[in-house]
Order: sequence, then C-alpha cells, then structure tokens
Amino acid sequence: MAEKEVTLMKGNEAIAHAAIRCGCDGYFGYPITPQSEVLETLAAEKPWETTGMVVLQAESEVASINMVYGGAATGKKVMTSSSSPGVSLMQEGISYMAGAELPALIVNVSRGGPGLGTIQPSQADYFQTVKGGGHGDYRLITLAPASVQEMADFVDLAFELAFRYRNPAMILSDGAIGQMMEKVVLPPFKPRRTEEEIVHECPWATTGRIGMRKPNIITSLELRSEEMEQNNLRIQAKYRVIEEKEVRYEEYKCEDAEYLIVAFGSAARIAKKVIAIAREQGIKVGLLRPITLWPFPSKIIAELGKKVKGILSLEINAGQMVEDIRLAVGCSVPVKWYGRLGGIIPEPEEVLEQIKNMTR
Amino acid sequence: MTKEEIIRKENLVYKKPELLNDVPMHYCPGCSHGVVHKLVAEVVAEMGMAEKTIAISPVGCAVFAYKYIDVDWQEAAHGRAPALASAVKRLWPDRLVFTYQGDGDLACIGTAETIHALNRGENITIIFINNAIYGMTGGQMAPTTLIGMKTVTCPYGRDPKLHGYPLKMADIAAQLEGTCYVTRQSVQNVASILRAKKALRKAFEYSMQGKGANLVEIVSTCNTNWRMSPDKANKWMEENMVPFYPLGDLKDKGKEL
Repeated sequence: MAEKEVTLMKGNEAIAHAAIRCGCDGYFGYPITPQSEVLETLAAEKPWETTGMVVLQAESEVASINMVYGGAATGKKVMTSSSSPGVSLMQEGISYMAGAELPALIVNVSRGGPGLGTIQPSQADYFQTVKGGGHGDYRLITLAPASVQEMADFVDLAFELAFRYRNPAMILSDGAIGQMMEKVVLPPFKPRRTEEEIVHECPWATTGRIGMRKPNIITSLELRSEEMEQNNLRIQAKYRVIEEKEVRYEEYKCEDAEYLIVAFGSAARIAKKVIAIAREQGIKVGLLRPITLWPFPSKIIAELGKKVKGILSLEINAGQMVEDIRLAVGCSVPVKWYGRLGGIIPEPEEVLEQIKNMTR
Repeated sequence: MTKEEIIRKENLVYKKPELLNDVPMHYCPGCSHGVVHKLVAEVVAEMGMAEKTIAISPVGCAVFAYKYIDVDWQEAAHGRAPALASAVKRLWPDRLVFTYQGDGDLACIGTAETIHALNRGENITIIFINNAIYGMTGGQMAPTTLIGMKTVTCPYGRDPKLHGYPLKMADIAAQLEGTCYVTRQSVQNVASILRAKKALRKAFEYSMQGKGANLVEIVSTCNTNWRMSPDKANKWMEENMVPFYPLGDLKDKGKEL
C-alpha cells in the first residue's frame, strides 16, 4: 500500500495498520466484540515477518495487560486493545503501570454496560477512563477519536505522549467508530527502534544490565510512607504538566454560537449534524469536541461558557462528562445533559429537541 | 599464624556470590528463600548472563527479590509474573528471563497465567517456591497446603470437604506440551542444595536454547508460619511435604530437542 493512498477500512483495522506502521514492538490482546478486528487484522498482516512486531493472543485481558506491563517495562512500544468488560479486567494492570510510570497504549472500543451489557456502542466508560478506573491516585492520558482517520492517527500520538511522560495512554473509542468503514490515509512507515536505541532512549528500562550498569527495577511498591508520598507527589506534578501542555480539542462553529454542544467521539459526529439542522432553523449552535478527555479542555469550555446561553453535554451514556463541564463553568451558565443508553445512538432530531427546549 | 596469612586467595573456599547484594534480607531466619536466592545469583553469574537477565518478582514474601539479586527486575502484580515474562522474552529473545513465585502467587491467583505461559512453551524459567502457606500475609491456607495442615484460615486443619485438595502444579506442568523441563527440588541440606542448583542451571540453559518452558519447584519451609524452629521445619518438610510432593525430575525433554 503506497503512502498517502486513500483506502477504505474499519476503525479497528486502522488501529492495527497504524500500529504496524508506527513502529510498534508488540501487541497483546484477547478477543472481545466489538474490537476483535484489531487482533484479527494483525494476525492476518503477520508483522512479525516484516517489521518484527510481536503479536500474541493472550489467555485473558488480565494476562494481556500484564504482558503490556512486562513489555513496557523493557522500553518497548507495546499495546493492547479490548472493549469495556475486558478493559474492566485490565484496571489493576493499568494502575500498576501508572504507579511504575510505564508508557503503553490501551485501546478501548467501548460497548454498553453495566455487566455483560450489550455489544452495541456506548460512551459509558468515560468515568472509568478519566477518573481512575483502577485503584490509587493516577491519571490516564486519554484520546477520543471521532473518525477512522483519527483511529489511525492517534496510535502514534498516544505512543508519543506515553513515552514523553512515561505514563499509559488510552484511545477511548466506541463500537461505532471501531466497526464503521471510512476513508483513511494511513500514517507513513516508521521503523521500530533498535535495541541499542531503546537502551539509549529509555535508561530506566529493564533491558538487562548492559555494561554492568546499575540494575534497573520497575516497581510501584514502596512500603515507607514518606517515600511513597514523594512518589505520589512526583507523579501528581507530572499530571499538572500534562494538564498544562497536552489539552487537545476541536472548536466547530463556536464563533457566533449562542448554544454549545460538548461531545466527543461518535456523539460529536451526531452533534455536527444537529448543528447543521439547527442553523438552518436559525438557532446558532456550536460544538466543542474534547480530543483529550484527560487532560480535559476545561479552560476553553469555561471561556465559551461565558459567551453562550446554554451548554448541552451530548453523551452516549447516562451523563458522565457533564460533571466535568459543570466543574469547568461553575454556575455561570445552565448545563444540561442528553444521551441514550444500552447501545442506542441518539438521533439528531431528538438532540435538536433538547436544544430547542434550552431556547424556551 | 596471623590473620593476614589466613586471608589469602588460595585459601578461599566459599564466598558470597557477586550478584547477591550485601544488604540485610527481610526473610525470616531459617527460610528457604535465602538459599534459593543464592543459587539463582550463582547460576546467573556462572552462565555469564548478568548483563542479559531480566527477572520478574511476585507478590508475596519474595516481592523484594529485586533488592537482593543484582540484575534487572520487574515487580509484577499478584500472580501475573508469567504474563510479564512471556512478553519480555518474546520482545528480547536473547535475554535470560525467569520468574520467582510462591505458591499463592503461582498456584492460586496466577494459575491461568502460569499454565498458559508454560503451555505456550515460552522460553522462560518459572521458579516456584512451595512452602504450602501464605507467608507475607501471615500464614493463611495456600493452594498447596497439605490435608490436615493447620493455618490461620484453616485453624482446625485443611479439610477437603471445606477447602478442597492441595494442587500439584508440577504434575500439571509436566502434562503440558509446551514444557521442556519440570523438576521438583528442595534446599534443606547440602546434597539437596547442590541438586537444586543443577536443576536451575539446566532450566536456564534450556530456556536460552529455545527449548520451551521450564518449571523448577522448590519444596520449601516456612518455619515462622509453620510455628516451628528452622530445624524442625526441615524435618517436618521431609516427613510430610516430600511424600506428597515427591522430589526429582517429572519431565526432561531437553536432551531430545
């Protein structure tokens, strides 16, 4: 496939191709609907014969995330993907990686819960992703793609951020983006780093004591409370830097907007349709689409909140991100939520009705 | 004869292995861990693999193994060491990769990871310290606790009707196609320590030769939680543990491969 060539594929397939192209060293995963095409595509592409990338079907999501922990601890670029129930199983491992400050990519092509729930799309894993999920005070850098193109583009970006801050990163997608086919331009090929490059770039990694350097230890354990508090403070300071530098969002028709929809991923696509219909009817609506869910674009939402008469948080869940929007704007402007549950995607017309209710 | 005349290179018959750090160990006096740590440190050095070893420590008494053996270590979540080791070895095939796990870690919470790593034939070695009890958390029943054996969570003795049966992990491992070498050893006297060292060396060598997965079980003691002196614990182990967990090689297909 030539570079810059436009091709048609599923979001899940784009993740797999992008992983191979961005020099990923290893993928460890377990089948679960609606994301199994990631593992299937990798198995069919056989990257171990071309780039040398390891692909392994694990015995569980628990094993997958711990394989990722092991690989990441050696400085390799490793990833896994799953869907909501599987990602729940991974939470312990994600907490360990955050504690041990390991860079890795986790992709969640989320589906409706709670429990076994449904295999249809949902954004109900927002809380789990941005508020912790696992135990302890930690944060997960979270990117929310709204297209197949962004599924492809965010793989490399997520790895870049993960390594820059030595922190796990997540692509929080959903079954709609994972399963739908769209045009995509895959990223150019980037070679995998050599072992020498990894040893040089990741002096903290457990690569073996080459040259009998001091041993490297990857652990999140510290029984001395004073030391453990310092470890926590160091990680928290890192989070503040990420919050300062890595907020990403898209502003869409916000310049003259009187009402603002805040939506991410699939919901943001619906929001754009709603905005088109609303503007035809003379209602000036804009969209703020968080691309990073953590760090959350609180500042821009607070600024826009001063200019509009109302904010609608459109989510495919029972109202989760709406809490962060309210924290961002305080009591300066009314903030409503609208969403559908159980795997149902809201129709533009029902969302428009909510906007109209706000104008009355 | 002066002290200086005695302390000479040619008179040296025994010393601390170079890869064993000169720090106080947190293990109880009489515990088997110290002996096994020493053997691992010796074998890694003798194989010339100090620069190319990536070791995985468990959750349990050996959680701090990384403080004692002077190689690169990853500290795993409880039971997950074989998953970490699988990934590390596949990503760094020329490294010596081993896990060091206790019975609760390996045979209870990590049973799935253990069996699947072994069955995939990962070119790693799993060192399994079986002392039939949870040490670090204070002497609770383990998957390998013997029938009738008392622990704080089976204070009237392990009763199969209440608690099920002790698990023979090495026997299970020997049945798996992916395993190359499965052995059960002990370290309660000089002869057994020498045998255990040979077994560790063989397992490490097979893993470096790409012959498959290797399990070295060490039938061990926990004199503190067994409420015995170290000496009595060794005797109790020989009389009670060894009949149920017989020592020796259960499988060695390394020579055929």
